[in-house]
This record gives sequence, C-alpha cells and structure tokens, in this order.
Amino acid sequence: MAKTDTMIINMGPQHPSTHGVLRVILELDGEVVVKATPDIGFLHRGLEKLAESKTYHQCITLTDRLDYVAGMTNNLAYVLAVEKLIGIEAPPRAQAIRVLLSELQRIASHLFWLGTHAHDIGAMTPLFYALRERDEILFMFEMVCGSRLTPSYFRVGGLAQDLPEEFEAKCREFIRTFPSHVDEYETLLTRNKIWMRRTQGVGAISGEEAINWGLSGPILRASNVNWDLRKAMPYCGYESYDFIVPTGKNGDVYDRYLVRLVEMRQSNEIIRQVLDRMPGGKVLVDDPRVVYPPKAKVQESIEAMIHHFHIASEGFPVPRGEVYASIESPKGELGFYLLSDGSNKPFRFRVRPPSFINLSALSTMVEGRLIADVVAIIGSIDIVLAEVDR
Amino acid sequence: MLAFVLIAIVKVLVVFTAMLLIVAYMTLMERKVLGHMQVRFGPNRTGPFGLLQPIADGIKLFFKEDIIVPHANRLIYILAPSVMVITALVSFAVIPFGDSVTILGHKVDMVVADVNVGLLYLMAISSLGVYGLVMGGWASNNKYSLLGAIRSSAQMISYELSLGLSIIGVLMITGSLSTVKIVGAQSQVWFVVYQPLGFLIFLISAVAECSRTPFDLTECENELVAGYQTEYSSMKFALYYLAEYAHILVISSLAVTLFFGGWQGPFLPPLVWFLIKVFIFIFFFIWIRATFPRFRYDQLMKFGWKVLFPLSLLNIMITGIVMSVIG
Repeated sequence: MAKTDTMIINMGPQHPSTHGVLRVILELDGEVVVKATPDIGFLHRGLEKLAESKTYHQCITLTDRLDYVAGMTNNLAYVLAVEKLIGIEAPPRAQAIRVLLSELQRIASHLFWLGTHAHDIGAMTPLFYALRERDEILFMFEMVCGSRLTPSYFRVGGLAQDLPEEFEAKCREFIRTFPSHVDEYETLLTRNKIWMRRTQGVGAISGEEAINWGLSGPILRASNVNWDLRKAMPYCGYESYDFIVPTGKNGDVYDRYLVRLVEMRQSNEIIRQVLDRMPGGKVLVDDPRVVYPPKAKVQESIEAMIHHFHIASEGFPVPRGEVYASIESPKGELGFYLLSDGSNKPFRFRVRPPSFINLSALSTMVEGRLIADVVAIIGSIDIVLAEVDR
Repeated sequence: MLAFVLIAIVKVLVVFTAMLLIVAYMTLMERKVLGHMQVRFGPNRTGPFGLLQPIADGIKLFFKEDIIVPHANRLIYILAPSVMVITALVSFAVIPFGDSVTILGHKVDMVVADVNVGLLYLMAISSLGVYGLVMGGWASNNKYSLLGAIRSSAQMISYELSLGLSIIGVLMITGSLSTVKIVGAQSQVWFVVYQPLGFLIFLISAVAECSRTPFDLTECENELVAGYQTEYSSMKFALYYLAEYAHILVISSLAVTLFFGGWQGPFLPPLVWFLIKVFIFIFFFIWIRATFPRFRYDQLMKFGWKVLFPLSLLNIMITGIVMSVIG
C-alpha cells in the first residue's frame, strides 16, 4: 500500500489570480482542495492608525487608497460619516453629483471585476472590452477632478468644485452607448456553455449562511437576499431614484456574475435620472465651520483671512461623539466608524471593509472543490487587497 | 543513391528552415490577430507593422539569463524542452505539401518522407511530445510545474485516443496509412464531406492536443502560474514555445491533409494552396483562443472520455456500415 499524503501549495502572495497580494495556503489532495487558509496582511499600511494623526480633511486622501478600484465611493462613505457627526448635509446639487459619480464608479468597479474575473476563468477578450469602457469613466473622473483612481473629490459638506461644463455631454454619450457594450460582454459569456459550466453551482452559499458570515453587496444579493443599503437605508437621496435591486437564486459564481451585470445596467439608469433632474445651486454647504470663506471676501476682510488660515492649517474641529455611517459600495457595505474627542483629528478611525468580510467566507466556499474553482471563487468575491489589509 | 541522399538532405533543410520561419511568424500573427479582436494593436513598433518582432523576441530570449533551479534534476530538466521540439519538428516529415516535380531528371516528391505507415509514424511521434511536458514538469521540482505536468499527461492521453480514432474513418476510405495516398484519394471530393463527424472530433481533439484555449489547462496562468514551464527561462523557455507552435502547425497541416485535400486546388500552385489552407486553420486556433473561457480539469476529462470517445467509435461504426452497404 503506497503512502498517500496531501500537498501544501502556496497560492500567492505572488500569483496571477489572487488579485494583489492575497496568499491562500491550499492543502490539496490531487487537485481537490482539502483546506484553504487565506493569509492576509501583505498590503497593511496602517491606514486606520495613520488617520488618527491627520485632520478630518486630510483623511479623505487616505480613503482613496482603501479600495483603489472605487475611490469615489470610499470618499463618499467617509465624508458622510463626518457630516453625520457634525450634523450638516450637503446641498442638493452636491448630493446629486455624488450619486452620479458613485454610480459611475460602481460601473467602473464592476467592469474591472468583470474583465479580471473572466480572465481568471480563461476568457481573455472580455478584459479588453471591459477596460475600454472603464477607461471612458476614468477619463470623465479626470475631467471632474484631475485624477483617475484617487479622486479625493468629495469634501465634508459637499464637493471640491462643480462639474465642468463639458461633462454632461460626455456622460450622456457614455450612458447612451453603455447598455450595448454590456450586451457585448453578455454575448461572449452569459450563454457560453463553458462559462456556465465553470461558474454554475461553484462556490454556492445559501442566503442564511451569507447573512451569518456578514456578507454584503452583490455576493449577498446573489444568494437571494434583497439587501441593498441604497434601498434599505437611503443616503444622498437614493430614495428618489427609480431602480431595481437584482437578486440571484443559487448564490453561486454564475449568479454573482448575473447580479453584477444587471447592477451595471441599473447604475446606468440611475445616472440617466440624475442627469435629467440635476438640481442647480451650490455644491458646498454654507457652513463657516467647515467651509472656506469665499475667495473675494478673504482678500478684503482680515477676519475672513484668519478664518481661511485656520481651516487651511488646522482643519475644523468636530464635536465630541461617535458615529457609524455606511454606504453600498460596489463591493458591499462600506462603513466608517469615527470617534471624535472634539479635536480636529479623529480619535479613532475604523473601516468596515466589504472585501475583508466577504473574503472571510472563502474557506467554506472552496473546500472540497478544485483549484480551478478557487480561482473562480476568489474572482467572484471581488476583493481589493488594499481594502482587506488597509 | 547519392542523388537520393542529397535530395533528402536538401528537403530536410528546406522544410526545417521554412517551419522555423512559419512558427516565428505564427507568434506574430497570433499577437496581431488577437490584438485586433481585442480592440488593441498588437506589436507594431519593431520594424514595419511589427514584422521584426519575432526576431527581436528570439534575440531577447537567447540572451536572457539561463536559470536552472536548485534541486532540479539537471539532466531531465535540460533534456525536456528538446524532446518537445524534436518530436514536434520531426512529425512534419510525412506531411505532403505539393505534387511531385521533376528536377534534372529526378522525380522529387514534395514530402520529406513518403512512408507507407506515415500516419502511424505521425501519431507515434507526436504522442512522444507529452514526455517533454511530463519530464519538464517533474524535473523542475516545483509544485505548480508538477500539477501542470500531471494535467498534461492525463489530457494528452485522453485526447490522443479520440484523435487517433477520429482519423480511422479516413483510413477506412483510402485503405492506406500513407499521407501521400490519402491526399491523392481526395482529388475529387474532400474527405470532410464523407467524414463530417470525424472531422469535428479531430478538430476538438486537435485543439486539446495542442493545449490551446479552451483546453490550455497544462499551462493556464490563472491557476498554475505557467504550468510545467514555470521554472524555465531563456532559450529553454523559447524551445517550449517553439514546440507548441510547431505542434499547431503540424496539427493544422494534418487536418488539411486528411480532410481538406492537402495541397490540391485549382489555378494556384500546390504549395500556395497548402499554405492557405494551413493558415486558415491557424487563424481558427487563434480565433477560439480569443473567444472561449477555459474548461475545468474534471470537465475536460469527462468531455474527452464520455463525449468524444464514444462519438469517435460511433463514427467508425457509421463509416463501416455505410461502406459495406455501398460496397
């Protein structure tokens, strides 16, 4: 009787399909995974600790570096938390623009997921199609704030500046053509027999289990749980837009794929609605506690000058208290927990990253499956390691 | 006798050079075609339209540092790529690429060797190629390589079978294993008309045999980093690539020879017809690479044994029945 033994294989931190520096220690019996242990922390930068030494305004740039595929939504969640703590609300135009850019960001993030996920499963062409459209969105971001991945565009109390004039035409052109592009991806994948065989029934997780794991976002909805913070706890006026929240049935990789594709189409519809009824007015709240005085005033009155200097050098103090605010980011519930001691810097800064919590269910999803499924499942969770490790 | 040897040597040299050239430019063609299918350009910087790219690649790979990993079995590690290349190149010997011509009173067949068991030779040699993969994967002493090697051996053996059985129909019709005779027998009707099912099975098995998408499990970068060739670098790595593309060329030529009348065609010279048909097949290989996702290992095996294998048996049966009825 020959002795048989399992084989330990290190998948990552340098591996083409672990989407960054995830390391999964796989115990294999042939090609079957007996045990999978994710090992994270290779991209830990101590962002949460770092934030404690920065003013509330400076923290915005840190949030860009969490989920770098969806910078806008990170900014939004953080800014909403600070606003909630201070007790201010951005003006309607700022809110509408926030929704607009968040939905564009959702599309961009899903497109990046789609391309890399399909590539993991062996279809190389969708990657290039998806990145083509994602680039259009990034160009729009560049137009809005001069930056493609790390926008830092949202401010406590509103936005850094109003949209440029040529933005609307470009955005309308994008939403006009985008649904046909989604059709293109679908012709390549949705009814493709190999794609269906590779994804259906793989990594299935029931709704109850998903809730117990604390999963959120498209993974949770693919398990037939209708939970979307945009509907359940609306922010930024999401309640006034008309859209549906897609859910899947089986909670497998295929359903997650379908859910994300429908979400892209729905986001496109939300963007159309925002553009159609974009309110006018200012994009920054009229509250001297957090907002710079107008430039003209600074140049003629010494008080305004001092005020400007204070905010620029020290930031603004935030009332004592604690707050948790969360949004539906492309990957799930992204929340910020802030504890303020009344100073200009957060006393405690804590992120609830959707990727990290979704990733925790990886081991249960992959055990007993093949190596090829591990890759498909990691892809379907849609993780960004910068957000997992922070 | 001297003339015979001389002709043989010249033929070998010409075919060898032509093959290497075609293989080099197949890589360029693949990158260009893939590029255009994927809304990008492909290589276009080295020379006009990137035409010098394969040469640049070759020079680059030649001067790369040649790393032999510690703990590797040196002999087998070095031997493995050459096994692949030799088997891939030698198997082209029995492919006829033109009619016989008379040069200086000598009749010269446009085939390196017209062997009466040509097909058997080809199948035997090309199955030896799998040793290159297994040896390379095993000798690298790397778990990813090992997994790639295991996958490839299982895959090659499974699909070799249906590949072999799919051409039995052709053999039954011609009654000969000589590739020259098979081409000759198609002067009226191409065998793809008589053997549509056989051709389909042959095509699928051929893609699997070359380890191309959707059957590229042996080196699928997304799971096994680079499969059996993970630890290979420099010219050894280039040899594996050379072998892979040479294999595609051989399989495409075989498909043309068996099912599409070989070099036969109106107006144009035989060699041109042969190349046109072969390149259509190569294009097809690239096209499916741009279109399909990859099978999973167990699905691949199931497909091979439960679908293709019975189908190829069925094809033989149908061919036999039809032949006995028609007489």
